[in-house]
Amino acid sequence: MTTYAMPDKQGRYGKFGGRFVPELLMPALLELEEAYEKAMKDPDFTEELDYYLKQYVGRETPLYYAENISKQLGGPKIYLKREDLNHTGAHKINNTVGQALLTKRMGKRKVVAETGAGQHGVATATVCALLGLECVVFMGEEDIRRQKLNVFRMELLGAKVESVSQGSGTLKDAVNEALRYWVSHVEDTHYILGSVVGPHPFPKIVRDLQSVIGAETRKQMLEQTEKLPDAVVACVGGGSNAMGMFYPFIQDETVKLYGVEAGGAGITTNKHAATLTAGNLGVLHGTMTHLLQDMHGQIQEAFSISAGLDYPGVGPEHSHLHDTSRVTYTSITDKEALEAFQYLSKIEGIIPALESAHAVAYTMKLAKEMEPDQSLAICLSGRGDKDVEQVKAALEGNKNG
Amino acid sequence: MGKQRIEEVFQDKLAAGQKLFVPYIMAGDGGLDILEERLLFLEECGASAVELGIPFSDPVADGPTIQDAGIRALRNGTTLTSVFETLEGFRNKLSMPIIFMAYLNPIYKYGIEKFAADCEKAGVDGLIIPDLPLEEEALVVDYLQEKSIALIRLAALTSPEERLREIAKRTEGFLYAVSVTGTTGARAAHQANVINYLRDLKEITDVPVLAGFGVSNPEQGRELGSACDGVIVGSKIVELLYQDKIDEVKRLIQGSIYNTSISSSSTR
Repeated sequence: MTTYAMPDKQGRYGKFGGRFVPELLMPALLELEEAYEKAMKDPDFTEELDYYLKQYVGRETPLYYAENISKQLGGPKIYLKREDLNHTGAHKINNTVGQALLTKRMGKRKVVAETGAGQHGVATATVCALLGLECVVFMGEEDIRRQKLNVFRMELLGAKVESVSQGSGTLKDAVNEALRYWVSHVEDTHYILGSVVGPHPFPKIVRDLQSVIGAETRKQMLEQTEKLPDAVVACVGGGSNAMGMFYPFIQDETVKLYGVEAGGAGITTNKHAATLTAGNLGVLHGTMTHLLQDMHGQIQEAFSISAGLDYPGVGPEHSHLHDTSRVTYTSITDKEALEAFQYLSKIEGIIPALESAHAVAYTMKLAKEMEPDQSLAICLSGRGDKDVEQVKAALEGNKNG
Repeated sequence: MGKQRIEEVFQDKLAAGQKLFVPYIMAGDGGLDILEERLLFLEECGASAVELGIPFSDPVADGPTIQDAGIRALRNGTTLTSVFETLEGFRNKLSMPIIFMAYLNPIYKYGIEKFAADCEKAGVDGLIIPDLPLEEEALVVDYLQEKSIALIRLAALTSPEERLREIAKRTEGFLYAVSVTGTTGARAAHQANVINYLRDLKEITDVPVLAGFGVSNPEQGRELGSACDGVIVGSKIVELLYQDKIDEVKRLIQGSIYNTSISSSSTR
């Protein structure tokens, strides 16, 4: 197998990716790329990053053998990569620590970010508090309604949360506003993008910073089972936890990789966020990738019970891995995710984020096709505390309806 | 006609001692039925060309005024196809150049080759794509060149000199000098360095230089116009048309193009 070396110099993953942004932002992207490449070669930077990941974030996170669900499902041994145990409760902080350190290194004092579920916003506000950076977070008004607690968290951490009412009032619209804000403040502000989306070099930076998940998982699997997993499963919205989990396994041909998108009310309805399963090629937020769009190229709203997966695009590298069939992309409905949310809580005593519950739900299906001598690792990208109110409402609605 | 029409019309106006004025309107704002009337009116007011916005769901370079106009146009069911059809119906009544301002995705989805052919058919002479920097333009240039559709490049205040030179070298028809560090929308004042930026751009290119973004009154139009060849006005025109204040549109255009004949009534 040839060495996997994506992206190329133009920020392309095959035909996907690139830098489709206004000229105003091009110098900032070029500056960021140069600063990032230099930083990653500078031991002072990487040691500082490692220090914060260990002492502040709490890495490495456990790879937990979920014996109860493994036995109940009767298939492979199932391991949970516990990104929910990171400081702030999700994988998002792996990226924000790195980008905040980079912000300081570039001599910028202000940060702008978008957030969907609020996890990336909280993770950004957290590191900005830590490193003394000013922070503005754009969040869709629908998401603000769904995730009130995270809004208050960000404010406690000293960030300014700006409500976005344009469009569907979700993640896509928050990205638009964050980009507009960045266009207007580019000289002193860094945009800490939260997923493997947007213009180059963001998909690469976020992937690299998140690949600590997969690198640890790979090492821990070898330590605990003396072999690599047969399957790796992660949920995909923009796709940062999945890209971080998959990347270190891409050249391990025996390891099957599964990306699970949000099927919402079902992919045959118009209410879903399954971009790779049901979308097609286009350009959004600076990158060429699969999108949910109509026949005139207008971007459609995504729907999912999980705010963090509610995005009508997907990282360009996922589009590439989909096109080359290295990763199998599939989808899970809101209903299935809700069932998995309760199942993992009851059987393992771990309340997963609704996003991560999509990966658990697909594992419950996949396990039936696998054997007890096989193993499977799930990226449990976040904890579900933020979702309990919404799940309670959904379950009561089901009972009453 | 394409690129050639932009060059000829602009040269004629400049040779007559006028400054250039390019109003922006959103296609389909108010319905495509009134597009003909609006374009004829703008030409009659003295517009040098018109920049016709194609609505897009996610216009990241635009401020609130143009975003709202785009939403109204999309709600009317405006599509690239319907804009082309509408233009074809009355193009021969207008002599000024028509320039599309379109984000990449609707064009990409339409098919770039078909798009270029339909531009030629409908008499669209030039194209501005705000989310297509130099690095990515190979996607469209050959198709546009084949039909002589001008690809108008945008320069930014943040662009280093080397990039500005490359942008100035490649641009066709004119050079679009984005004159704020921000999105489209009316501004009370421009940064102090804008005048020098415009003068510098004039030095490095042979085509006309037009300043755009943030221009909302004849004073700003004349101030920026004095350092280059004219201005592009978007949000203010969109707002005035939406409010049906057509007399003010006329005053804004005429107060900007005639550098020397500023009547006291238009300056207040």
